[in-house]
This record gives sequence, structure tokens and C-alpha cells, in this order.
Amino acid sequence: MNNVAIELRGITKCFGSVVANSNVNLKVYKGEILSLLGENGSGKTTLMNMISGIYHPDQGHILVNGKEVVINSPHDAFEYKIGMIHQHFKLVDLFSAAENVVLGLDGEGRFKLDEIEKQVLEISNKYGFNIDPKKKIYDMSVSEKQTVEIIKVLYRGADILILDEPTAVLTPQETQKLFDILRRMRADGKAIIIITHKLHEVLELSDKVAVLRRGEYIGTVNTAEATEESLTEMMVGKKVELNINRPEPVNPTERLRVMNIDCKNRDGVKLLDNVSFSVNAGEILGIAGIAGSGQRELLEAIAGLQKLDSGSIIYNNPKTGAEEELRDKSPLQIRELGVRLSFVPEDRLGMGLVGNMGVVDNMMLRSYRRGKSIFLERKGPTELANRIIQELEVVTPSAETPVRRLSGGNVQKVLLGREISSSPTLLMAAYPVRGLDINSSYLIYDLLNEQKKKGVAVIFVGEDLDVLIDLCDKILVIGGGCVSDVIDARSTTKNEIGYLMTNTKKGRRASDE
Amino acid sequence: MFTLEYLMGFVATAIINGTPLLFGAVGEILTEKSGNLNLGIPGIMYIGGISGIIGGFLYEHACETAGITPIPILCIIVALLASLLGSTLIALVYSFLTITLKANQNVVGLALTTLGVGLGDFYGGSLLSFFGKDGSIYLEATSKAFKEKIPFLSDSLGLFGQTFFSFGFLVYVAVIIAVIVHFFLKKTRVGLNLRAVGENPATADAAGINVNLYKYLATCIGGAIAGLGGLYFVMDYSVGGWTNGGFGDRGWLAIAIVIFALWRPNTAILSSYIFGGLYVASSYIMGLSGSEKEIIKMLPYIVTIIVLVFVSARKKREHQPPASLGLSYFREER
Amino acid sequence: MNNAEKKPRTKREPLIYITKRSDLSLKKSLLIRAAVILGGILCCAIITMLLTGVNPINVFGSIINGSFGTPGKLWNLLQAAAILLGISVAVTPAFKMRFWNTGAEGQVLIGMLASVACMFYLKDSMPSFVTIIIMLVASTVAGALWAGIPGFFKAIWNTNETLFTLMMNYVAMQLVSFFLLFWDPSHGYLNPLNSDTKNGWLPTLFGRKQLIIILIVAVITALVYVYLKRSKQGYEISVVGESENTARYIGINVKKVVIRTVLISGALCGVMGWLLVSGNSHTVSTTLVGGNGFTAIMVSWMSKFNPIIMVFSSLLVCFLQRGAGQIASDLGTEMPGASNIGDVLTGIMILFVVASEFFVSYDVHFRRRTEKADKEVEKNVHA
Repeated sequence: MNNVAIELRGITKCFGSVVANSNVNLKVYKGEILSLLGENGSGKTTLMNMISGIYHPDQGHILVNGKEVVINSPHDAFEYKIGMIHQHFKLVDLFSAAENVVLGLDGEGRFKLDEIEKQVLEISNKYGFNIDPKKKIYDMSVSEKQTVEIIKVLYRGADILILDEPTAVLTPQETQKLFDILRRMRADGKAIIIITHKLHEVLELSDKVAVLRRGEYIGTVNTAEATEESLTEMMVGKKVELNINRPEPVNPTERLRVMNIDCKNRDGVKLLDNVSFSVNAGEILGIAGIAGSGQRELLEAIAGLQKLDSGSIIYNNPKTGAEEELRDKSPLQIRELGVRLSFVPEDRLGMGLVGNMGVVDNMMLRSYRRGKSIFLERKGPTELANRIIQELEVVTPSAETPVRRLSGGNVQKVLLGREISSSPTLLMAAYPVRGLDINSSYLIYDLLNEQKKKGVAVIFVGEDLDVLIDLCDKILVIGGGCVSDVIDARSTTKNEIGYLMTNTKKGRRASDE
Repeated sequence: MFTLEYLMGFVATAIINGTPLLFGAVGEILTEKSGNLNLGIPGIMYIGGISGIIGGFLYEHACETAGITPIPILCIIVALLASLLGSTLIALVYSFLTITLKANQNVVGLALTTLGVGLGDFYGGSLLSFFGKDGSIYLEATSKAFKEKIPFLSDSLGLFGQTFFSFGFLVYVAVIIAVIVHFFLKKTRVGLNLRAVGENPATADAAGINVNLYKYLATCIGGAIAGLGGLYFVMDYSVGGWTNGGFGDRGWLAIAIVIFALWRPNTAILSSYIFGGLYVASSYIMGLSGSEKEIIKMLPYIVTIIVLVFVSARKKREHQPPASLGLSYFREER
Repeated sequence: MNNAEKKPRTKREPLIYITKRSDLSLKKSLLIRAAVILGGILCCAIITMLLTGVNPINVFGSIINGSFGTPGKLWNLLQAAAILLGISVAVTPAFKMRFWNTGAEGQVLIGMLASVACMFYLKDSMPSFVTIIIMLVASTVAGALWAGIPGFFKAIWNTNETLFTLMMNYVAMQLVSFFLLFWDPSHGYLNPLNSDTKNGWLPTLFGRKQLIIILIVAVITALVYVYLKRSKQGYEISVVGESENTARYIGINVKKVVIRTVLISGALCGVMGWLLVSGNSHTVSTTLVGGNGFTAIMVSWMSKFNPIIMVFSSLLVCFLQRGAGQIASDLGTEMPGASNIGDVLTGIMILFVVASEFFVSYDVHFRRRTEKADKEVEKNVHA
């Protein structure tokens, strides 16, 4: 009997000119847990979305139980008994667990909710969940919501389960419970694919590990033959020499001190957990971590956009020598304190710039308040826009063309150019080279280095470990909202950072238990 | 002064005035549950009314020409089908523009209301002239068929029977439809799916629900139901006649009831009668001056606003408008 | 568990799919829009022909005659367009901020009521220009209040503004009915006030009553254009409307901007109410705004919130309405309902323009899995 549950052959997927997956081959057997491992942007989620009917592959074949299939929609995926548990839950908040479970299913017109609730409890008992089918989603914790998602696909009779970073939002205890459940499902003959970054989880749970790197399929190994070191190397690859210029810091003095800050989301999950560090003038502090580990909240907290539950953020004003507390201040108040803070957010067109406005109008975002007149002063911003277009070689038809029409690199030049133009003393940049080509990326590195030489304290949140190692002076590794460590960029290795990223204190605590 | 007869008379009038509102409100609830805020409902109700008139008129005219007496049941069938056809077509236009072409729902709705009211008044004024006649429309046979009382119950149960079983059949149809829609939304799979579409179309999509199909069907069926409100108004309330602007602001009142009833069809039944009662209460309260009567007529809107504000302040999840109301859904396919 | 037994079907990929356009040349988008307006006018002519039986050449003849036939007709067209334009411009600041104000009808009406109340009570106790100023202030405050209430609740509790402002229209109408009956208990009707002394009436310039209305609306349009395009507050409105996230990022107090803008929008509607009373009707009734409040919303939307484009949009709409009016009066008693064709044509025209936005902002593709497409993929992979 053929025991292959699902097989991918030569899958390739491009978004425009970006290759998300290239020639990926994958085989998952029944009664097996396969971990899909890879860094951010390595194409794991895109691959799984093709199996669950959200995207179509450009090339290649998908085989379910040995037969080639075309999966056009999530509905088709259900028919092939494929169930995906997304990282962002797809649940209707207003509905109860049972209602969410039967959502979208065919069947008799009238349904008896109590019978469905009974069936949900049956599944629940079979695999050891603990769930109240009558409970509304909006009253549930994250882990309960995830349970509902899993029951949903089981109820639909899924034999192939895909979980996209299921443990990212769970506490260590909840993670252990989930693993027990997954093991029970494996014993029940289900094929399970779990997307994750966390090496210790991979080793603990799975039978096989498939590794993707930048969209390329690297290979599959048996977990029994793998170690954290071997997997890290497969995942991050060999060190690539980038030849990024790194000037030595001159006379570093402390510019910003973050002490024990905490913040929670609406569900009470800690996004930042007792984070402390400091940034020096004339240095670049890199921040490394899996996406969504608290980087965004950290930068927004400093910029006055994120409310904190505790802790303190102290800014040393180089002009006056005064120490200013930034916590609980609005961006405007921070400005009025004389703090020259520049912030290049991750969401360039949704936050840093207004996509429908031209370069000139986008320059005014920071400066429009200047002066007493009730009218906008356009001369200064126009000059600035033209200067940035010229100096940074921004390719645009005109300074009035909406910036959303520019390419990613040019958008970033506009944003970074504006933020630098206000001669900041503290510059924060989140993923400033994401989606940029090599030349634009180097231009951005040069700009950051220039600021560093001017004595600006620079915070650089990045995802490419090679870049972090070559560009930064220090690297802060963050995981699950906690600081794993702050290391010296000149003496560290990719494997060390990869290890710190994927073995957070939280995670280690869990596996020690 | 306030005898039982008087009170019952008021209740009956409240029900008569509430019935067009009930049709409109239930139709709009069904539509809004799919995430479509159809501000074209007043126009659709106009169209429902005038289409019924046109259908009825053509049938009566044909009978007249042929020299036969119109058959009551055929009167009803023809007017009903014409009404349903007209209002469904307009709702289909709304659906096509907002769902397929993703146009702004408010603008399309308002434009359809303008269009619907215009078409209604056009035909209301000109229908007779197409047949070389003067005067205003009066559909005697059709109206009589629509106003037929329930034979036995209306005169055997005394005052109670006179009050509650003397209406034309559409009054009961309105209640039945409201109950069916309530049952449909609460107890059926399709109803559950529809609510999911209005709450979170992306989730519904991921669950394999055809979001656009649901939106189309809910909007068109909702439009057809609302159109019946117009039909009831012209055939029963206005005794088969048409007055320009006679329908007034009832369409907007129906939208107000949707809010007042917190998007529940069963609550809409009583709410419609209360609003219908408020609409005429001023004539039933003795000793009010003309201006004071206008203040009473303002009450339905004031009450609706208070409910809207109160509900948004309390933030109880079950009482909110469908979460995706007013937004078009677009899943980018690559 | 339920439908697990169902046999999977072989599926083909969908033939047509839609993507958001990232880029469309100005020329192409103007071409699409021009085609749509022409198509709309053509469709309007056909509909009119179908409804009335008048042949299409005569339809166009009537429309042009109705709009430009005599100087009087032209002036009336300009006045109607000016009033529609004024209200369209008034709702625009709120719309630009994505505050869906459907209450312009009520805000204008309450402005009218405030002005009429001033005239009713002041009579000719003050010099005319003082009365006019008092009326203006009263109408502005009334309009601002009428929009400000929903705006306030939107800001603090996120109360649905579309439904709230819609309801406010009818509260305003009932208030007008109330005051009319309060002032004239027997008829509930108010003749133009101060017809003898003309106190509180705007002056007639160069023998044309319409001229002052047109001029004032031109000033309002210019002011709003400058406010939106050139002022700091106008800039804040654009930012909040485009992205609240960006607004917060640069330290804009979003709630404050929402309330301020809605107040301004309502105040402008109030001013339009004042203009209608002082410049034209000198009285108030529930139907005097005549649906312009709703039409204005559509005009503002189809003009992409640009006051200059609104000049042309409102002219187009009034052109159709006046023309339809002419057709109706040509037909006279032959077809009593024909006076309503104007509404039908307005509705159709707006639907056309709204529908055209789809083709401006989305791209329709046909999926072909051809060798060429495969090669393209191949090329990208190796790049």
C-alpha cells in the first residue's frame, strides 16, 4: 500500500519578479510529523498556501494519495482532506466554537447545534482537547482559539494537517499540550506538517525535517540524525561575505536606555517581557529575531506609539545633557521635549508614508506643522524632495507622483531620506532593506553608516543575519518578547545568532520542564 | 375616552402602518447580514410598489378590453410577481455594482433610491396616459383582492377577531417572513454561513463559502422582501392608488428599525408595529396641537439614534452591526 | 466528517481573475472616464426615449433647450448647479476623511430653519445686513451642531456615522414641520418672509437674483479648495483619510481632527442653508432642499473629492435634470409623470460613473497557461 499522504513535485511560485518557491519537492507519509524549517521569507507559508488552495503554483504538481490534483480554493482542499491552521486564526469572533466548526460545510439545511456540540466534544475527548463548544470566540484565549481551528479541520475529516507556526502565540505549557495532541493524531494515522522556526521543537516533535532557504528546497533529513547545529547550518547556510563597510564607533556614549519594559496585547499575551538594553551614540545596534517576536512593539514603544504596562525609556539629550523619560508620551510630546527621533517603520506605505501622496507631500508629514501660518509651506519640502530625489537617485516621473507607484527601493529611499533629513540623534529603522535589490540595499547601508559616523545612535532591525553581522556593532537577539542576549557583532557567528533566536528563554524553560 | 374599541383601533392602525416597515426592515436585515448596507431600500420599496401597480393595471386593463371580470387570485398573482420582479432587478443592479464592481455601497444605494423614487413617480403619474386615459390610477379589483379579510376568524372572534384577523393577507405574510428569516439566520447552515459572510468575509472564504454568491442572494432576496412592503402600501394601505411621494420616509424608517431591532428579524416585528404606532400616534392622542404632533412623529428617529449610541457605547458584541457592513470584499488572486 | 466521502472532482483553474491596478496613466484613466460619461448620456437618452416615446434627437434637443434655451433658463441652470455644488463642496472635508456623512440634507435643512427663525423673530427690527449676519451665524452653528453630534459619538464610541447622520435628516425634517405648525397652526405653511421690506434678503445684483448665490458658492468652493489643498488642517484631513496609522505615526490627534472636520463640514452645510433662505426661498419647508443633500454626496464622490471637478459634475447633473424638466413640460398633460425623469437620469448617470471606478482601479486578466507564461516563470526563476 502506498503510504504517501501528500507529495509536491517541482513546485515553483513567483510573485512578479520575486521567486517565493523554486523547484520544491516534498513527501509526507501517513502517521508522520514533518517540520518545515526556514528563516523569515524562506517561502514556507507560500508553499503551504498552495497546498491549501490560496495560491496556484506556477509550475509543478501536487499529488494527494498518489493522484495528481488541482486545488483551486480552500473548499477543494477540504475535499482532498487537507486542513490548514493559519497563523492568524480564521474564526468568526461572534460565533461559538461549535458554530465555527460547522461553518461552510454542506449538509442538511437545518442543523442541530446541540448535536454538533456533542460531536465537537467527542473529537475533543478523542485527542485530549479541553474546550467548551458553546463558548464564544471573543471570550477565548489564543490557545483556545487554536484548539477550535484544529477541531475545525478534524471535524472536516482532514487527514493532512498543516500548522503554520502554531506555537508562536502559546505559553510553554500550552505548547506541550499541543504537542501531546499532535502525537496522538500521528498515532491515529494523520500526516502533519508543522511550520516552525524553533529548533528544539523540531527535534522534540517531528519525524522528519524539510528545510527551505530563500525559496529553495535544501533537503529533508530524519530528525533522529539531526542536531541543532546541523539544522541551523541548513537553515542559515554558509556565511556570505558582503563587504559592507563598518566604521569603528567614535566615542560611544549612552543615548537611550530602555529598562524593564513590558507590554501585553488585548488577549493578555506579553508582547514585550522585561526588555532592557541601551543604545550608544555612534553605534549601530542590530536587532535580530524571528518576525513577530516583539520588534515592532519595541520600536513603537520608543516612538511613543505603544502603551507600556511598566518600565521606563530614558533619553539622554546630547545638547542639554538632560535625561528625558519617553514612556507614556505621544509622538508630538516626544518631539516637543527636543528629542530628535527618526523612525523608519516596517510598514512603509501604511505608516511611514502616504501612498497616494507625492514625494513633496510625504516630506511634509514631518515638517508641515512648522511656522505660525495656517497654510502649508511648500517651498522647503519641495526643495527637500528634489534634493532627496537627486542625492539618493530616486527614480520617479516627478516629485508629485504618488509614491505607491514607485518601486520598493525608491519608496524606501524617500522614507529614509526624509527621516535622516531632520538630523536625528536617534534613528530607528525596521527592515529597511526588505524587498530591495542589492544596489539599493548597499545605498541604505551607506546611509546608516553615515549617520553612525555623525554620532547618531542607530537601531537596525533586520532579518538577514549576514547583514546584521557585517553592519552592526552590537546585536540584540529577541525571542518571544524577551531579550535572549546582546552580543558583539564582530565576534559572533550566524549559528550563534540562529541558536539564540530559535532557543528563547521561554522555549528553553519549556523544554527543561 | 379611551375605550377598548378605541385602543384596538389604534393597535390595528399601528399594525397597518407597521407592515410596510416590517417588510422593508426584514429585507434590509437579510441584506445587511451579508455585509451590504443597502441605502437603496427606499427606492426598492418604491419600485416594489409601482411594479405591482403596473402588473395589476395591465391585468385589469386586459380584462376590461376583453370584457371579463378580473379573477381575484390572478390579480394577486400578477401584481405579486410583477412586484417581486421589479424589486429583485433593482437589488440585482445594486449587487452587481457593489459586489462585482466593488463600488461604494453608500453612493450606489443613494443613487438607486433617487432612481427608484423617480421611476415610481414617473409611472405613477404617466401609466394611464400610455393608454390614453386621464385621472389617477385606481385598481379596484386588485386592491379588493389584496384587502380580503380572513373569512371566518375576522367575524367570529368578536373585537379580537375584528382587530387581528381583518387585515389583508400581506400583513400575515410579513410576520411569517420575519419569523422564517429569523429561523433561517439562527437555525440553518446557510443562515450561519451568511452571518459569517457579514461578520468576516475572509474567514468565510477560507471556510469554503462562496462569499459573492451569498452576498448576491441575500441582497436580491432582501430586496424582493422589501419590495413587498411597497406592494402592501399601494394595494392595501392606499387601496390600489398612487400618490407621488405618498410613501414618504417609510423606507428610511425601515432602515431605522433594523438598528432599533438590533438586526433581529423577530424583534423587528414588534419594533415595526411600535414605529407604525408612533407614526400615527399623534392622531390618536387627544388634544395635541399640530406642532406637537410633529414632535411625536420625530420619536422613531430619536429613539433609533439613542439605541445606536447606547449600543456603540456598551460595546456588547452581539448587538453591533455586522462587522464588515459597508465594506466590499476582495480576495486578490495571483 | 460529514462530506468526507464526497469524491473530489477534477478542477480547472478559474478563467478570469482580478487584481488591483498599481498604475494607470492619467491619459488612460481620463479616457475611461470620458467614455463612461458619454455612455451614460447615451444611456440616459435611450431610457428617456423608452419611457416617453420621444425620439432621441428631440430628447437631446429638449435637454439643450431646457438648459440653455433662454437666458432665464441658463440662469436657473447655473443657480441649481451652484446650490448642488455648494452642498457637494460642504460635505467634502468629512468625506475626504472617510467620514461617511449621509446627513447633508438634514444639515442644510436645519441651517435653513435657523435662518428662517431669525427672520421670523427679528422681522425688520434691525438693518437688513445685520439680520443677514445674524442669520448666517445661526445657520452655521445649527449646521455644525447637526453634524457635530454624530461626529462626537463617532470619535468617542465609534458610533456608525452613516446610520446616525441618516437618522438626523429626519429629525431635522420633523423639526421643520414642527416649527411651521408652531408658527402657522392652521396651515403649517410659511410664505416668504419680509416680502415687503426685503429685510434679511440678499441683494439682487445686476437684475439677476441668482447671481449672488452663484458668486457666494464660487467663493465657498474656492475657499474649500484652498483649505483642503493648501492649509495645514486640510493636509491633516488627507493624512487621516488615507491612513490613520500614518496619522498617529506623525503625532496627529485623530479624534480631534475628526470632530473638527465634521464640525466644519456641517457648518458649511449650514451656510448653504442660509444661502438658500436669504438668497432664494426666504422661507423653509421640508422639501426645499429637494434631495440635493443626497445628490451632493454622490457628486462629491464621483468628483473624487476635488472641488474643481465638482463644478463640472454638478453642472452635468443639473444639465440632465433641467433637460428632463424641459421634456416634461414639452409633454405637459400628455404625460403627467414625466417631471420625474430627472431623478431617473441622475440616478443612472451616477451609477455609470461609480461603476467606471472599477475599471480605473482594477485590472481584469484572463488566465492562460501557455508556453509563453511558462517561459516567463522560467526566466524569473533563473534571474
